[in-house]
Amino acid sequence: MANIVKVGMADLNVCKSPDGLTTLGLGSCVGICIRDPVTKIGGMAHAMLPDSTQIANNTNRAKFADTGIDDLVKKMIAMGGKKARFEAKIAGGAQMFAFQNKSDMVRVGDRNVEASKKKLKELGIPLKAEDTGLNYGRTIIFYPETGALVIRSAGKPEKTI
Amino acid sequence: MAENVSFEKVTKEYYDVLKELGNIGAGNATTALAQMLQCKVDMKVPQVRLLDFKDVGEAMGGEEQIVIGIYLAVEGDITGSIMFVLERSAGKALVSKLMGMPATEGDFTEMEISALKEIGNIITGAYLNSLAQLTNLKMLPSIPDLNVDMLNAILSVPAIEFGIMGDQILLIQTVFTDDVDLNGYFILMPDLESYAKMLGALGLTI
Repeated sequence: MANIVKVGMADLNVCKSPDGLTTLGLGSCVGICIRDPVTKIGGMAHAMLPDSTQIANNTNRAKFADTGIDDLVKKMIAMGGKKARFEAKIAGGAQMFAFQNKSDMVRVGDRNVEASKKKLKELGIPLKAEDTGLNYGRTIIFYPETGALVIRSAGKPEKTI
Repeated sequence: MAENVSFEKVTKEYYDVLKELGNIGAGNATTALAQMLQCKVDMKVPQVRLLDFKDVGEAMGGEEQIVIGIYLAVEGDITGSIMFVLERSAGKALVSKLMGMPATEGDFTEMEISALKEIGNIITGAYLNSLAQLTNLKMLPSIPDLNVDMLNAILSVPAIEFGIMGDQILLIQTVFTDDVDLNGYFILMPDLESYAKMLGALGLTI
């Protein structure tokens, strides 16, 4: 029986097929899913903020898209994954309220998505698919066996990217 | 200086002050709610809870639970934002009471949403008012915005604001008691520089 490993807010984790990874109720945070299609090792990070260098209190590396992705990739390599084969999918980065307009909060969802893409590009990891933005929450389930990323939202049909 | 503010360093004294603020604010909000609904509403002593991000959803009754989030910006001497989170069933009960109609099933109608916004407006307004009186600082709420979605998605907004400072979120849980218990949460998010101001006004330093 396969396990689905839960990833909390500002957290990251890895697994190996047939296990999967999930994070519940992504809002403005972004979920970054990476897999190695050969070893079927998968990883998921739940980042809250785009850029660790902008924040003084940055010891929790999983909280940020930049350091979170770095650590996730390292963890997957330590498990036997090959970076050259890695591929990614991302979801989340919604704007939950119309006026998240404080300086730190301006388009934080969009900025989380942009920062994730930038970091993936820097590491040479191709982005296979995304389901980002808009104004609703997403629960995501990632299966490293196939690379399928299942997305559930309140009052919307389930979809797979 | 402001950079060093972190909830990990919360002292007992500071915690007690926040609890007391929560208590007074919620008391005022309860009175406002009772006036609006024209019935007696009681309140249990609010609980102030400091939770790690990864535990917050579960601690509040499930990450995917559908809740109502009402979010307002605060301007004036204190800047920041305030969020009021209400369980879905509590929202339905309040709306039906306010409109004098039986609670509906399923999604909130447009009319119910605007009634909820009004409820949020009054509750958070009363809350801020009592804080303003206590600290003698001006706090002006903006027009509220509302979203009905999964708890963690709603909470991601205050969590990100708290995330700039630390790894925990401070919740003031308030239970309003009418015929049934209505669970609500206040989340105050003063900007960094407003923290010191607010506590300073109460004669505390951090």
